[in-house]
Amino acid sequence: MIAAGVIIAGTSLLLAGCSSSSSLSGGGSSSPAPKESVVVGSANFSENVILADIYGQALAANGFTVTYKLNIGARAAYIPALESGEVNLIPEYSGSILDFLSQSATANSPSDVKAALDKALPATLKALTPSTAADSDSLNVTPAFAKANNLKSIGDLAKLPSVTLAANPEFQTRPDGIPGLQKIYGLTNLKFQAISDGGGPQTLAALLNNTVQVADIYSTTPSILANKLVTLTDPKSLFASQEVVPIVSTSKDTPKLASVLNKVSAALTTADLLELNTEVSGASKTDPAVAAKNWLAKANLF
Amino acid sequence: MSLIIQAFAWIFNPIHYTTTALGTGIPDALTQHLILTGLSLAVAVVIGVPLGLFIGHTGRGRSVAIIASNAARALPSLGLLALLLVILPIVPWLPSNYLPNIIVFAVLGIPPLLAGAYSGLESVDRQTIDAARAIGMTEWQVLTKVEIPLGAGLLVGGLRSSVLQIIATVTISSLYGQVSLGTYIANGLAQHDYVQMTAGAILVAALALLADGILATIQRFVVPRGVSRGASKKRNTARGRGIAATPGKPIMEGN
Repeated sequence: MIAAGVIIAGTSLLLAGCSSSSSLSGGGSSSPAPKESVVVGSANFSENVILADIYGQALAANGFTVTYKLNIGARAAYIPALESGEVNLIPEYSGSILDFLSQSATANSPSDVKAALDKALPATLKALTPSTAADSDSLNVTPAFAKANNLKSIGDLAKLPSVTLAANPEFQTRPDGIPGLQKIYGLTNLKFQAISDGGGPQTLAALLNNTVQVADIYSTTPSILANKLVTLTDPKSLFASQEVVPIVSTSKDTPKLASVLNKVSAALTTADLLELNTEVSGASKTDPAVAAKNWLAKANLF
Repeated sequence: MSLIIQAFAWIFNPIHYTTTALGTGIPDALTQHLILTGLSLAVAVVIGVPLGLFIGHTGRGRSVAIIASNAARALPSLGLLALLLVILPIVPWLPSNYLPNIIVFAVLGIPPLLAGAYSGLESVDRQTIDAARAIGMTEWQVLTKVEIPLGAGLLVGGLRSSVLQIIATVTISSLYGQVSLGTYIANGLAQHDYVQMTAGAILVAALALLADGILATIQRFVVPRGVSRGASKKRNTARGRGIAATPGKPIMEGN
């Protein structure tokens, strides 16, 4: 944990050190159309890195000078970097970024989330048009457990005397985490086990060996299909809409940049995300940049 | 500064002393931390001390031991833990996360114990050992009646280093679901609750200092009277081993 803190601190130092290079070409709009430069960043998990690579390659193909600062860390590390202009563009998830910016956010439907997000973002940042591709929190149980207890939706968990749920530590306090499960679904039988890997291999292992019975795993994670996990439905829309949305520095938000990224967002689907994640974190271990390039080629973009 | 004050207020707040379905109280977190530390240390002692005594007594395998224990120290504990949690099966009679955690922290605890044991034995004057053999002591008697008592200061020094490293590192187990004092650090960071995070760090530091204080006292008592003063620089250099280990200080192994 201390190490993680150091990494975050180190990363921000690194970013601070690199900031001067990107601020040089911002104001130029002189006649022979100088190349616009963009610094693309990403969070520290593979799906976000792939999306950043897709954005970056699409922009590079359209004459932008692209610099990458990938794997920056958690929101607490990269949002300040975005606000200060050290990074200009990051792929985000509409509901999560809204929760980060505004603790009291209650919006759930895609359009409400986008509207609330536009309000919550500082003047230096702008959310472009979201894609329909979404990666949201999802509660998963093993097929055997679902069958034995006849579980289909999150509300069905209330039938059990006691159930242990694994998720990232912030799930314990997030409005759409444990407090939401208690309030909206009336689940008073929950125990919580914090596992800090964002629904990754540790969470999966705990679920499969029955240390926990329910696991919060992002909906586009290949392990859900690979292990035939049963995703509990969310009829009361506890989990906010998490559409992939480019967050861009207002200073870099030109019509040209927006049109490139809007084309990407329009083409991207949830199935694509699952496929890209499977390529990168599955058996073939494709490099994120290569997976991004292949997707752009397949989608006939640029 | 106010963060530290708030963290102390957090520590002394009675609501943090009971375990609920969603949160672990300080006594339970401390208990888990101590159980994991104790079990890991026990495994490390069972492996590291006899091996160290063998190397120190016979003089064989010293370079292999140094290379192996330094290599073990280079293993990233967090990576090893993540790997073992996924590949190791659940042991029915142990709580689910214990086996991987104990292996990781035992691997961490062995090198200082090993180094403490062999350098403790090597610190014993060769003439004393020759004298012990000359009066007819068996090898076992030389080891238990001469070498171990005379090397006890460095032996316990190794134990001190080992305990400190394990107590500090058990915190990482909480990243992957194990309850320990590290739970507050992990949760505090993820929940932006830096007061809780600081409180966790203070609790771990306090536990480490307390354990080190107790072991330092033990270390003072296990050294036979006259030995700590008698172990002069002159005799150390006379043996020409160049190990600047001193009874009463923690061992810096691998030097």
